[in-house]
Amino acid sequence: MARDIPISRKALFSALAWIIGILIFFPIFWTILTSFKTELEAIASPPALFNFHWTLENYVEVQSRSNYFLHFANSVIISLGSTILGLIIAIPGAWAMAFVPGKRTNGTLMWMLSTKMLPPVGVLIPIYLIFRDTGLLDTRTGLVIVLTLINLPIIIWMLYTYFKEIPGEILEAARMDGASLKAEIIHVLTPMAVPGIASTLLLNVILAWNEAFWTLNLTAAKAAPLTAFIASYSSPEGLFYAKLSAASTMAIAPILILGWFSQKQLVRGLTFGAVK
Amino acid sequence: MATAHSKRIARLMISPSVLLLFAWMIIPLAMTVYFSFLHYNLLMPGMHEWIGFTNYEYFLTDPAFFAAMKNTLLLVGGVLVITTVGGVALATLLNMPLWGQGILRILFIAPFFIMPTVSALVWKNMFMNPVNGLFAHIAKFLGLAPFDFLAQAPLLSIIIIVAWMWLPFATLILLTALQSLDQEQLEAAEMDGAGAVKRFIHVVLPHIMRAITVVILIQTIFLLSIFAEILVTTNGGPGYASTNLTYLVYVQSLLQFDVGGGSAGGIIAVILANIVAIFLMRMIGKNLEA
Repeated sequence: MARDIPISRKALFSALAWIIGILIFFPIFWTILTSFKTELEAIASPPALFNFHWTLENYVEVQSRSNYFLHFANSVIISLGSTILGLIIAIPGAWAMAFVPGKRTNGTLMWMLSTKMLPPVGVLIPIYLIFRDTGLLDTRTGLVIVLTLINLPIIIWMLYTYFKEIPGEILEAARMDGASLKAEIIHVLTPMAVPGIASTLLLNVILAWNEAFWTLNLTAAKAAPLTAFIASYSSPEGLFYAKLSAASTMAIAPILILGWFSQKQLVRGLTFGAVK
Repeated sequence: MATAHSKRIARLMISPSVLLLFAWMIIPLAMTVYFSFLHYNLLMPGMHEWIGFTNYEYFLTDPAFFAAMKNTLLLVGGVLVITTVGGVALATLLNMPLWGQGILRILFIAPFFIMPTVSALVWKNMFMNPVNGLFAHIAKFLGLAPFDFLAQAPLLSIIIIVAWMWLPFATLILLTALQSLDQEQLEAAEMDGAGAVKRFIHVVLPHIMRAITVVILIQTIFLLSIFAEILVTTNGGPGYASTNLTYLVYVQSLLQFDVGGGSAGGIIAVILANIVAIFLMRMIGKNLEA
């Protein structure tokens, strides 16, 4: 823990960390690797590590057998749509609570968070029946609505935490210097708010992309995002390891990359700044 | 600075979120409560008879309920123990000076971004499958009989899968907390003759207590509603061996079309979550104010 530990200990701990890290990452690595094998090589015993015929045929197959790009597009539309809609609703609210806090602001924030504690299964049946009767079942619109409402408390909390850190004195100083309200918003507030809004957007896209309870229960074929599409591989006739791996790799790659870039914001966002 | 005028505008700006969240919470919940008192099956349209607490009686005395309740607690508790203890250990390791720290972080955090259906299927087929899974290959290589994880230890297998997905989350949060620890404090303790174990218990642990609480709170909320992992691996089986409360309500309402019974189960899940939430909020309250 001290900065000047002996090199032998550094080597020992590094080796240990690398072994554990590789073990933790192994299932993902193995999935990506298997996606380039043929079906026969994928189930061969003993399994081949690198000495197999690399092929892209699984990726082609996944798309030609089922409309993979439709589900990919559904995932993009649903996760981006619900996040942007959520931001539009949440930004004014979080803004108001951060800059014009009232007596009830803290209570409101806690209440909003408490709606997250409501287990989805407690409201599944009514939502399902309402969707069935209004024709929203298996539509992207329906899922965008549900995911917006589910993630709204998190979006508001994250934005609130970020906005709270914008010092009010800067605004006052700008006003003293004779800045108009418009100039104040464009030149002072926006540049300070945009990073917070961007990280909120990023994190909620990740959360919405991976959300599975509602997507599995409210979609069938047309509006199914990748979470639900992948689940169709659980049936016995879909049991092709290489194709499952190819579909999985395509489903997780975008979010894995996005996630690596947003590690730092992830901690702040998910703990609402409680852990720094 | 806040005038009556700006307060009015502020209230106007908050109202869409408040109204939407209020509607989202209260309308479906009220409907679930109402349905839970009805004899209401989707296969028998038009018959919505008021039957009082019969659905609750039926749900609570069903042996499946006890199995599901036990599994829910084992699943949440098991994953929490693995991820907090493992998270503290891995975060401590990652916090030391290591070669390739950047890449290590990427390796450690990755499972958190994998969608539940993908990780469940990958573990089920490519690792735990008794014929073609990697674990079976390893067992054969060692001359052992392959173990059929999902048939013989379904709940444990699901705990392993879920823990794999949440361990990175705990590690990341705890690592961030460790990094904000004042190094001078540690050096002072060392100078006073405190050994590594003593330093950990008296300096490090109190410092990351708050982060541990946050990890437990957030994970509990998500773990109580585990669904996709069960759906694609075991379908709750064999029997009810891996059915949790969420999955039981799903089976009752959407597979058996028993809206009344499923709603009673849903309300019980809500009550359970609230009991847990009250405990957690108290714990958090204590930790966050300190």
